[in-house]
Amino acid sequence: MSPEPKMRVEALQAWFNNRHVLHDVTIDVPAYSILAVIGPSGCGKSTFLRCLNRMHELVPGARAGGGIFLDGENLYARGVDPVRLRRRVGMVFQRPNPFPTMSIFDNVASGLKLNGWKGNLSEVVERCLHQAALWDEVKDRLRHSALSLSGGQQQRLCIARALAVEPEVLLMDEPASALDPIATAKIEELMHELKERYTIVIVTHNMQQAARVSDTTAFFYLGELVEAGPTEKIFTNPREQRTEDYVTGKFG
Amino acid sequence: MSPTHTDKTYELELKDLRDKLLSMGGKVEAAIAASVRAVTERDGELARKVKASDVEVNRLEVDIDGACRRLLALRQPAASDLRFITTALKIVTDLERMGDLAVNIAERAIELAQAPPLVPLHDLSSMADMVEAQLKKALDAFVERDPVKAEEVMRGDDLVDALYLKLFHELLQLMMEESRAIRRATALMFTAKHLERFGDHAINLAEMVVYMVRGTDVRHPRSREVAK
Repeated sequence: MSPEPKMRVEALQAWFNNRHVLHDVTIDVPAYSILAVIGPSGCGKSTFLRCLNRMHELVPGARAGGGIFLDGENLYARGVDPVRLRRRVGMVFQRPNPFPTMSIFDNVASGLKLNGWKGNLSEVVERCLHQAALWDEVKDRLRHSALSLSGGQQQRLCIARALAVEPEVLLMDEPASALDPIATAKIEELMHELKERYTIVIVTHNMQQAARVSDTTAFFYLGELVEAGPTEKIFTNPREQRTEDYVTGKFG
Repeated sequence: MSPTHTDKTYELELKDLRDKLLSMGGKVEAAIAASVRAVTERDGELARKVKASDVEVNRLEVDIDGACRRLLALRQPAASDLRFITTALKIVTDLERMGDLAVNIAERAIELAQAPPLVPLHDLSSMADMVEAQLKKALDAFVERDPVKAEEVMRGDDLVDALYLKLFHELLQLMMEESRAIRRATALMFTAKHLERFGDHAINLAEMVVYMVRGTDVRHPRSREVAK
C-alpha cells in the first residue's frame, strides 16, 4: 500500500431529499490497489461509489456534503468541472451498457470523439481493447455491432471504453453480477492487471468476489462505514461485531 | 457467537461439527483415564477395551475431516466460522494422536499385567489425572470460547513435565540397580512419556482455541520473534 492515498474521503454525507443515506464516512482509497465495498442492499455502498465521481448529484433531490479529495484536490470545491472529473474517475456499471447502434471500435472511441480528441484513434482503441483483455476476441470484427458480443465481452468492452479516456480511478458497480462464472473470472483477472495502472473501487454483493479481488475491504451498514481494513483481516478476523455477523452470514 | 446464521442449515452444520469434536474429545478423555487405570490396576481386560474403543475415535476423525472439507467447499466460511473450521481441522489431528497414546498405554498395561508388580504407581496416576484435566479444560475452553481458560491450560504443563522427569529418573535408577526390572521399568517409562506427550497435545488444543476466539496465533512465540 502506498503511503499517499489516491482518494481521501472525509466526513462524507449524502442525502436523497430528506433521507440521510450516508453518515460521516471517512476512508482513504489507496493508490494502485482495489478497494471493495460490501454491505447489504440499502447500506449506501452504491451511493458512496457515485459520490466518488459526483454522479450522485445527478439524481434529482440528491446532494452530498463533506469532502472527497483526489490527489489532494477537493472534488466538491467550487469551480471543479464534474464532467472533467468523471474523465479522471471513470465508471463501469452493473449491466453492460455499450452504445447499441455503434460498432465495437466506435464504442471504445466514443469518449475520445466526444472530447474532440485529435490523434490516432486506432492505436488507442487497440491499446484499450488489449488492456481490457478483449483484443484477441474482437480484432477481426471491430466494425461489427457491439451487440454481437456476449455479455461478458460487452462488459469488457465497457471497461475498454472507460479506459480510453485514460482515467486514474475506475469505479465498478457490481461489474460481474450479470455475468456467468467464466466471464466473471475474466473480469476479476482483468482487475488484477488493471490495478498496476489504475486505482479501482468495486461495489459488490458477492462477498467471495470482494475477498478474491480486493486489497482493502470496506463494510457499510445503514449508511455508515462500519469497518475498513485489509481484506484478509476483514474475512478472517474483523474488528467489529457487525462486520463479523455480515461476513459469516448472520443478518439478524 | 451473538446472533445465529440466517441460513439455519448452515447453523446446524456448524453445531453438528462442534458436537462431533466434543464427542471425540470425550472419548479420548475416557480412553486416557481407562488406559492408565488398566496399568495401575493391572487390568488387561480394561486395556483391551481401550484398544477396541479407538476405532470410534478414528471414525470420528475421518467424519470431522469430511465435515470440515464440505463446509469449506460449500459454505465459503469467513471470520469466526473460518477460524472455527480451520481449528477443528487441526485439533482433530491432535485428538486422534491422543487416542493413539491411550492405545499405546493400554498395550503397556497388557504387558505389565502379565508380570509381577514393580513399584507403587501413584505418580503415574497423578500424571494421568493432570493431563486428563488439561484435556477437559481445553475442551471446555473450546466450547465456551474462553481464551483465558485456554491460557490456563497453556501454563498448566509445568507440573506434568516435572512429574515426568521425576518418574524418569526413579525408573532409570531402578534399572541401574536391578536388571530384571528393565523390561517393566521401560514399559512404565513409555507410559509416562505417552502421558507427557498427551499433555503437549492438550496444549496444542488450547493454543488453537486462543486462535479461534481471538484470531491471534500464540504458537511458537520465539520463532516469530526470529522471523521479525
